[in-house]
Amino acid sequence: MFGPNLFHNAFSLISVILFSIGFTALMLHRNLIKKIIGFNIMDTAVYLFLASKGYIEGRKAPIIVDNVQSVSAYINPIPAGLVLTGIVVSVSVTALMLSITIRLYERYHTLDIDEISLRSRKDSPGRSKYNKTVKDDDDEGDTA
Amino acid sequence: MSFIENLVPLSIIICLGGGIACSAIKGHAARRLTIILLCAVTVMSACVLAYTLIIGHEFVYVMGRFPAPWGNELRAGCLEGLMALFFSIIMLLSIVGGIRGQNDDIAIDKMNLYFIMINLMMSSLLALVYTNDLFTAYVFVEINTMAACALIMIRNNGHTLVAATKYMIMSLLGSGLLLIGISMLYTITGQLLMPNIREAVSKLDASGEYAVPLTVVIGLISVALAIKSALYPFHSWLPEAYGYSTASSSAILSSLVSKGYIFLLIKIFYRVIGMDVMVDHKITNILFIFGIIGMIMGSVTAIRQSDIRHLIAYSSIAQIGYIYMGMGLGSTAGMVAALFHIMSHGATKSMLFIAQRGLVEVSRRSKNFSDLKGSGYRNKLAGFAFAVGAFSMVGVPLLSGFTSKVYFAEAAITAVHSKMWIAMITLAISTILNAIYFIRATISVYTPRNMDYRDPGYKPAQNSAISLVCFVVLNFFLGILSYPIAYTIQTGLKVFR
Repeated sequence: MFGPNLFHNAFSLISVILFSIGFTALMLHRNLIKKIIGFNIMDTAVYLFLASKGYIEGRKAPIIVDNVQSVSAYINPIPAGLVLTGIVVSVSVTALMLSITIRLYERYHTLDIDEISLRSRKDSPGRSKYNKTVKDDDDEGDTA
Repeated sequence: MSFIENLVPLSIIICLGGGIACSAIKGHAARRLTIILLCAVTVMSACVLAYTLIIGHEFVYVMGRFPAPWGNELRAGCLEGLMALFFSIIMLLSIVGGIRGQNDDIAIDKMNLYFIMINLMMSSLLALVYTNDLFTAYVFVEINTMAACALIMIRNNGHTLVAATKYMIMSLLGSGLLLIGISMLYTITGQLLMPNIREAVSKLDASGEYAVPLTVVIGLISVALAIKSALYPFHSWLPEAYGYSTASSSAILSSLVSKGYIFLLIKIFYRVIGMDVMVDHKITNILFIFGIIGMIMGSVTAIRQSDIRHLIAYSSIAQIGYIYMGMGLGSTAGMVAALFHIMSHGATKSMLFIAQRGLVEVSRRSKNFSDLKGSGYRNKLAGFAFAVGAFSMVGVPLLSGFTSKVYFAEAAITAVHSKMWIAMITLAISTILNAIYFIRATISVYTPRNMDYRDPGYKPAQNSAISLVCFVVLNFFLGILSYPIAYTIQTGLKVFR
């Protein structure tokens, strides 16, 4: 079952390996920046998968030049469209994650998610976290 | 084509447009605009529901008039109409009920940003309900995730930031799995529209071709949406996200965001893969087992909480378990029960979150049960609504939680033998566990102590009173007059393919 099939699907195999690397990094890494990198690797692996599935050897992108209108001359543009949509989504998610990371770093001066989690719990034990000045931006949580 | 069919895309688009408009206006005006838009969406969804019930079948709205394999489609049957109506009502009541909470928790110059996110959330929920295209569903899942993250961290303190980060990380794991699942499904079927995929999948299933990839796809998509909707082992982000954000956000997150994903999963069950294929691939059994574990573990953890919001949050995990248990029964009756519980839990949990805010206000802002003692007397309506919600979650007759438990039990009786016993016994145990912590919470709210905690000038917020009354009425309505709702769900499921 492995053999020529595996060779033909080399890109799928690579993308699945990349996906697993990214997934593991996103799930298990403690450093937030590395988590974000892992997320990007994961999404890029999906784009590689889609792009390799959409490509047919010897055919061109579906832009009509020289009046060649036969369907067999072009590839299917939909996978490329999906990749573009996916890129837009992943860029915006990355931006959001990075902005949260900046805010967390300013507050806790570390990028380690476990450490941050620990410090945020230590900041405000029990009921003292409900003082009436919630409107204030920096009412709690500053360890400095 | 009737005019009403246009309301489906229109309701999505006015929410998106409302989001853009909110970025240009000041906070309180943004809130007024959002409430008006939500009222409009509620009316529109009601029209769509009535229309689909009258014509007796579903309709497909073709975006931009590009026919089937190329264009993007929206589809509305009576189940979609019902869900859209329900989501918009709960969203409206959660916003109105939490107005004082928003004023307290959100900086005034950031208020309009909150309502941008509310609008985005509503449009993505409606799109998830109506869409007929799997990749569009993925895009709106992502929009939903981002909006939910912003709703958590709009209240600016360390806890919400950490909660939002954890939520994002878990959600992104889910999104990645969903994306690769959809891509794989696309490569083995060559289609993106749900009915076309369904056709291709049933051909693949009959011929036995691509059997392994199909199983992998089913597993990936189910796990992805289970992570996003906080099924038991993936719930780690939930207590903090629900526990520290502002009351409206918690209500919306618990009763709408996770429910949107579950509805999408049900849609994929029926309309993309096909329920028979799902049952053949045994994924329903896995969801059933995790649902059962969630029902017990969520309640067991909730018993240990001394903080009212964490208690409500952990109870959510148990209720999500109920829904997955119903789906895992693999029968139509189980699915009807799960869909009914989506509504019943949504109506109850958002009420509990709004009511606890009223109770906390009169207890020196403490969420601890030792301070909350007697708050039921200091804020009578909030106390009453909390008691109604708690009793509904326990399953006291006349309330919505009881009715959904009856539906679950009925569905379990008709299921396979092994599942029947497990489901019935777990239902009983879980009801007792629910009773332990919710009755205890209600008793401590009504223990006459700490009467001096109420500020002399305190007046309960009128908005939240209106919304709590509506929630209580909705609860009794779902509990007493459940038949029309269940009937609509059944007819909706019949044409859900």
